[in-house]
Formats: sequence, C-alpha cells, structure tokens
Amino acid sequence: MTLDAHLVVTRPAFTLDVALRVAAGEVVALLGPNGAGKTTALRALAGLTPMTAGHIGLRGAPLHTLPAEDRPIGMVFQDYLLFPHLSALDNVAFGPRCQGVPKAEARRIAAALLERVGLAAHAAARPRRLSGGQAQRVALARALAVRPELLLLDEPLAALDAHTRLEIRSQLRRHLADFDGATVLVTHDPLDAMVLADRLIVIEGGAVVQEGSPAEVARHPRTDYVARLVGLNLYRGVADGAGVKVGEVLLHASEELDGPAFVAFPPAAVALYRSRPDGSPRNLWQARIEGLERHGDNVRVHLDGPLTAFADITPAAVADLDLTPGQRIWASVKATETHAYPA
Amino acid sequence: MADPHGKPATGREIAGRAPWMLVVPALAGLAFLVLPLAGLLIRAPWSTLLQRLAEPQVLEALRLSLVCATVATAFCLLLGVPLAWLLGRVSFPGRRLVRALVTVPLVLPPVVGGVALLLVLGRRGLAGQWLESAFGISLPFTTAGVIVAEAFVAMPFLVISVEGALRGADQRFEEAAATLGASRWTVFRRVTLPMVMPGVVAGAVLCWARALGEFGATITFAGNFPGTTRTMPLAVYLALETEPEAAIVLSLVLLAVSVVILASLRDRWVSTP
Repeated sequence: MTLDAHLVVTRPAFTLDVALRVAAGEVVALLGPNGAGKTTALRALAGLTPMTAGHIGLRGAPLHTLPAEDRPIGMVFQDYLLFPHLSALDNVAFGPRCQGVPKAEARRIAAALLERVGLAAHAAARPRRLSGGQAQRVALARALAVRPELLLLDEPLAALDAHTRLEIRSQLRRHLADFDGATVLVTHDPLDAMVLADRLIVIEGGAVVQEGSPAEVARHPRTDYVARLVGLNLYRGVADGAGVKVGEVLLHASEELDGPAFVAFPPAAVALYRSRPDGSPRNLWQARIEGLERHGDNVRVHLDGPLTAFADITPAAVADLDLTPGQRIWASVKATETHAYPA
Repeated sequence: MADPHGKPATGREIAGRAPWMLVVPALAGLAFLVLPLAGLLIRAPWSTLLQRLAEPQVLEALRLSLVCATVATAFCLLLGVPLAWLLGRVSFPGRRLVRALVTVPLVLPPVVGGVALLLVLGRRGLAGQWLESAFGISLPFTTAGVIVAEAFVAMPFLVISVEGALRGADQRFEEAAATLGASRWTVFRRVTLPMVMPGVVAGAVLCWARALGEFGATITFAGNFPGTTRTMPLAVYLALETEPEAAIVLSLVLLAVSVVILASLRDRWVSTP
C-alpha cells in the first residue's frame, strides 16, 4: 500500500474518523453529501487541517508529522486557486522552484507539463484570462509539477459547466491513468466518481458507510444516500429464503438468502396499475401518489405507502393512467429485477 | 402601476426632493472645507511664485521634507509590513490588544508623541542614554530625529492599510502554495506580498503623506533647526510670523503634493462603491 491512513479530526459537533488505503496507481474517490467530511479528510491528508488523532503513512514513512510544505503531495483545489499574479507557466513552475530547481529548469518542466495538458499556447496567460476548463488543467499541471507521490483532488470538476465537464472528465481520467502515485479524489457527483475512480469510499457524517469498486457500489448500495446517487430504490429487511420482508411487504428477489438483507430495484422496473392487475405479479403493493416530476425523458412518480419508492414511467403512461397526486394505485416490480444482498 | 404615457419612475421621483434641513448644512460643510483652500489659491503671490520657490531656505526645507518623509516611509515599510503580517496571519494571545496599541499613535496628539519620544530616546531617556553611551548616537534635534518622529506618527497608517489588505486576501492561496512545497517565508514573499501589493502601495503613500505633513512630534522631538530639522510644515509656521507670502507659497507646495496623492489613490480610497 502506498497510502495507509487513519484520519481523525474532532471538532465541536463533528467527528471525522476514516481509514483509507490506496495502492500506487490507484484512484480512490471519497464520495459523500455536503458536510460529510470529504474535504476535511483531504485537507488532513495535505496537512492543511490538523488531525486530532490517527496517522498517515506514505510508503511506510509517517506523513502526519510533516508540515504541508514538506509532504510529497500535489493538490488540486475546487476553485483551482491559481496565483492571480503569475502566468500559467509560472504557476506550474512554482512548485519546482520551491523544491530548489533552478528557474530555467523549472520553467522547462512547467512548459512540458502545460504541453501535456494541451495548454502550451496559454503559457503566458494570467489565470483570469483562462476559461474554467483551462484553469482546471493548469491546476492539475501545477499539482503534478512537484512529482507528488500522493495526488489530492478536491471536487476537480465541480466548478465547470456541463459541457466542459464532459470533456475535462475524460481528459482527467487519462492523466490520472498516467499518474503512478496514489490518487485521492473528493466529489459529490456519482458520475465523476464512477468514471474517474478505481474504488469508491462513501463517507456520511464523518464515517465510512460503504467501500468498493464503482460497479459494486452502484449495484449494491448500502445507504439511502448511495441508493439515491446510483438511482435505486433501497430497503432494509429480513430475508427468509423465499423473500425479503420489508415492513408489511414481502419482496421476492432473484437471489435467495437468509437474515438481515438489503433489497434494491430500479425505479424503471416499477409498473403502476389503476386496479389490481390480473395474474398477480408477486411483488405487488398498494401505494399513494405523493407527487410527479420530470426525470429525463420519463416521469418520476413518488410513491408513499408501505414502501416509499420512486417509479419511472413514460409520459404516455401517466396520461393513460390519469395519475394525480393523492391517488391510490397498485405498484409492482418483477422479482427478476429485484436484487437482495446481505445487510 | 406605471403610467402608460410617461417614463417609468426613477429613483429621484420616488425619493422626492432632498429636504433643506440636510441640503443647507451639507452645502455649508462643503464650503467650510473648500473655501480655505480656495483662499490659499486666491491670495497666492503668483507673479513671484517661482522666485520665492527658488529661495534657498524654501528649497532646503522642501528637500529635507522629501528626504525625511521618504526615509521614514522606507523605515515604516521595513517594520510595518511584518507587523501587519503578524497581526493578520498569526494568532497569538493578546492580538487584539497589540492591534489597539498599534493604532494609538493614530489618535494620539502628535505633540504627546514627541514628548514620549523625548522621554525614551532623549539624552536622558531610557533608551537614549544607552544609545549615546554605547554607540554615541543622539537622536533628538537631528535629521534622524525628524525621521523617527515622522515614522512614529505615520506607521499606523501603513500597518492598518496592509493588515486590511491581508485580511481581505484569500488565505487559501497561501495553503495552495504550502501544498506546492513553499515555506512560510516563500509563501509570504511570492504569494502573500504580491497579492496585497495594492494595499502596501496605498499604505505607503498614506504613510508618506502623513510623514510629509508631520509637525507636532517633529518640533517637539527634533526641534526647528534650518537645514537639519526644519521641514516644510515647520517652515510654513515660522514664515507666517515674518513673511506671510512665503508661508502661502510653502503651503501651496504642500497642497499640490496632497492633491497629487489624492489623485493617485482616488480609485482606492475616495471612490464610492
């Protein structure tokens, strides 16, 4: 393991306690809602926020005893924090200069890095003349210029508009793949996390609630927050072989297990009926419509009742069924699209 | 509803006419501030102006004033910028008290400052005695004394201006520099100082202007000797007794300097948001 850290930061009314291991070349995303402690964890790794307890080891050597300027890290801040009084080139050359590299050599390194991120033409530009996407790439080049062993990215794409974001995300993915140190990335955007990271660590309320590969987390969410992020209806119940009992409803899933279990199904798998359907699908319950909202090309129906659920149906189906808030309705989901896994 | 035939209501129409209870005192206040300066311009002996400006005593006082104010400003920059950094960037117990102490010379009558300087740096003063016996340095009634008196009175202007700029500057840039391996000194030199430079320049200009106009502390601590300690404000005061026209000429020079300073700082200090 390149990075082996146990971060503890105690503040009034908030405690961050997160264990983190990242291999060389691996990209780990810290994912979580606002205020979960993601950025605090990143700042603790960087040495910008003092830790109350815990340790940080990088390649076996303690990092937490060093001040920020002595840590072999590179950090990309959410709003980049490019020095406004320096050109893009001098921003990138700043780190090497601090490491004692002669000016000409530092500028050569910086020029090569700007070339790599495709900004050689903007080397002389001041940060305020750069677009958001360009500034992001300069910030990445600046962080890489110090040849860090640990790269820290704080919401690297959050400040970009949707179109730029798409392009920068794929570029960032390429640069991260080229980077051979450990990378820790903080984001609240599941798509960024899924695309950029090899492994996700979900943090809520200062603690790790789930950890795994993006595919694993997307398929088997373990908290409501993760379920919402990956777009699944998630319930916790007790399995008895035949199905999972969630409150009064028994949900049959494609997996059979026993004991405490999670059960999840996508909103698009939910079918709605005005009257009790014939042939009785197995997972059937009566629900009340809480509200309707547009969701992509479909309509997302918020259901209340024995199960609080989202159902995604076509606008045509909404018209056919004549759905209105407050109305009572039958909802069903196929067992083959319902997945159960141990809690 | 807007009148369909008329223009939309502007702010002035909504607010109504300005009440005379405010307008009359406002105009009187304006006149009070502007008329004395206008009087100076009207009574100035324009025909003999250049001739009077070229008089040796005038040139001497002007040169002494410029040199002393400039050296005092350099001294203030050397000590005041680090002091502002300490107040703005390092948290230590008693910081509020130190900040209050720094601003005392700002509100202290300059004569009192001069007396205090005499008590400490005078021949019989606490530090003055030691300075004289150890190094043979005596500050009172010398040009160096003028610089000390001016720096004492003017430094708070610099400190306050720079500290304000430091507080307004985003400290996260300094964090970013630290993650790039910059020591605190490098951070100060290459990130903090360039970012607060407008505040430093404004503070230095204010400091210089205050030093140039210094009277009370200077005459108390450094005396009034032509060539060594008689700066422009002292010369103005003295000339008023003997040749009022010379006093007017000297005043005009100081007024011109003030106007130039005001113009150079107008964006920073005089502009309204």
